Amino acid sequence: MTATEAEAPAPTGRTGGATVEFRGLRRAFGTTVALDGLDLTAHPGELLALLGPSGCGKTTALRVLAGFEQPDAGDVLVDGRDITAVSAHRRGTGMVFQSYSLFPHLTALENTAFGLRMRGTGRAERQRRAAELLDLVGLSHLADRFPHQMSGGQQQRVALARALALRPRVLLLDEPLSALDAKVRLSLREEIRRLQLDLGITTLFVTHDQEEALSMADRVAVLRSGRVEQVAEPGELYARPATAFVAEFVGTMSRVPAERTSSTGTVDVLGMRLPVSGELPAAGELDALVRPEAVALTADPHGPATVVAAAFLGATTRLTVRLPEGTEVKADLPTETAAALPIGSRAALALPERPVLVDHRRVP
Amino acid sequence: MAALNPPMADRTSGRSPSSGPAGPAVRRPGRPGRPRPRLWRGLVGLVAAVYFLGPMAFSVLFTVDVPREGLTASSYRGILDAEGFWPSLRLTLELAAATIAVTLLLLVPALIAVRLSVPRLRALVEVLCSLPLVVPAVALTAGLGSVLQWGPDDFADTPLFQTFNSLQEPGFPVVLLLAYVLMALPLAYRTLDAGLRALDLATLVEAARNCGASWPRTVLQVVLPNLRGALLNTAFLTLALVLGEYTVSSILGYQPFAVWIVSLGGSNAQVSVAVSVLSLVLTWVLLLLLAAAGRGRAHRTPRATSRRAARRPSRTAPGAASGRTPGREDALPGSANSPRTGGTPPLDPDTLPEKP
Repeated sequence: MTATEAEAPAPTGRTGGATVEFRGLRRAFGTTVALDGLDLTAHPGELLALLGPSGCGKTTALRVLAGFEQPDAGDVLVDGRDITAVSAHRRGTGMVFQSYSLFPHLTALENTAFGLRMRGTGRAERQRRAAELLDLVGLSHLADRFPHQMSGGQQQRVALARALALRPRVLLLDEPLSALDAKVRLSLREEIRRLQLDLGITTLFVTHDQEEALSMADRVAVLRSGRVEQVAEPGELYARPATAFVAEFVGTMSRVPAERTSSTGTVDVLGMRLPVSGELPAAGELDALVRPEAVALTADPHGPATVVAAAFLGATTRLTVRLPEGTEVKADLPTETAAALPIGSRAALALPERPVLVDHRRVP
Repeated sequence: MAALNPPMADRTSGRSPSSGPAGPAVRRPGRPGRPRPRLWRGLVGLVAAVYFLGPMAFSVLFTVDVPREGLTASSYRGILDAEGFWPSLRLTLELAAATIAVTLLLLVPALIAVRLSVPRLRALVEVLCSLPLVVPAVALTAGLGSVLQWGPDDFADTPLFQTFNSLQEPGFPVVLLLAYVLMALPLAYRTLDAGLRALDLATLVEAARNCGASWPRTVLQVVLPNLRGALLNTAFLTLALVLGEYTVSSILGYQPFAVWIVSLGGSNAQVSVAVSVLSLVLTWVLLLLLAAAGRGRAHRTPRATSRRAARRPSRTAPGAASGRTPGREDALPGSANSPRTGGTPPLDPDTLPEKP
């Protein structure tokens, strides 16, 4: 690399991310309410994942921010400026779509330079910047390929380069990895995160894949029925879910019957008295929500549980045990330890003395 | 261009789809007495060729075999001098160009708008565009004739009278243009609709808008280039329709090319048939040109595009700016910057492994 090249500014430059705010956003499609008073803020430079099941409104929120949907009520603010009424082509956000969305009649280089062309950048300058962006995503050698001559992963990289070409301060990723196979997904996931950190762009990343959200995001917003259920850092979201929905959506949870006790804020679970984390429902039967790694399982010929299934996960094995009343509980054990608990063997269960999340009993 | 383009070769194998997954037909063991499909295909092809080419060949023979003179091209030489040839051809080509323009201007924005904004109206638009199929040309002409009579009958003292007159101007009869647009609607709708179906229109439009393209630029620079095949097909079908249309123009008393050919047949049958043969050849040439144009640059082979990529000097080494170590993808055997093959691309780029 020459000295001139070394001193040249980065192709997109550190744009510095913008603050994005959704305020009381509401959007309905006929009788279906996609967004029901969504309030959410993305801080400058952070990667905020919008996580939730299908139909929870995460893509609608992103489309409202991109300007492809108009909200029925509420505002979208970028750096404090209300952009709700701004036309989509003037918002200056970069977006990567789920379905590649490259222009089939343009090469990778032309696709990347498209936004610059729309902005009136001179031919030489836009070709230079597009080439640099393709280099940034490792595809400079495919600059003259058309989309149908590239694999899915390559197309998504070009789409990412195209989205970054206009130096956006907000980057929107609408399930960009869901159409890719597992290996490509993993590599592209790391690449997106690297670029996002390098460039410092505020990024909203829509996904229904909790692993993707937890591994990439600075914070994760779990959405349900058009509202935010919880926004937290991945570790906190996993360790201290605010609601039963979040607990069950993020990671794996087993429901174990729990009994109210005479003392306030505690429940009896598997013969142990444990404090309740969060809100204790006022009435009705209860379930305690237990993570598989929190369950201690030991071989015991007189134990109450029977091992009914085992799933090898590499270093750990996930055992499923059935309690006498029929409840099934999952437990993650080191694979060597799990070897002592073959299917059909009896085991004893224990939980750590930590607060547990409880919820209304769910009838199977 | 699905209807006009020859089947694309299988990009993975480089074989034509017609050769089947195993390439050239191979006699399978255990079925010695069974006739091979290629034989049947050949037979069917031969019958079809006789059916289509037979009349053509006899037409050509009729135009060049003059009694007592033997084989001569005098019929073809006489075309250019035939009275009414140039005016009728010019009128037909002008009408064809106008019909193509009006049909596309009418349908393309409408179909894009329906597809993007009100997809529930698609069925209605389809029915409306298909209606001319069930209206015979004679009935359409009778209707037009009745309407045109309103001019002198009912609007003689109004400015509309002049409008009705100008619609029937012999130099460029707008009434024929209107009739042709109606007649072309079913074909044009189906061709354009098939082209739009093949696109993920909503995503393309949103991607363009997100890149800063206004609506007109989105349509002009993203949608239309990707509808190129459908647009060319529509233009070709419309041109073919106008070139061959006889009923409406004849009944309304105009003399475009088809009417002229028929009128010529009464006085000089050989020249008339020669013109028919030439117009058929012209149609075929147009078909081939449009099919070639419809392939577009996006259908160039990876080999061709990669060769251009290899010729262009690389500004930076792959991964240099990002600090990446060139991965497997950057030096694939057969890729443009492969040290081993020096730029010969793989046959199927879709099988390229991803960066580790």
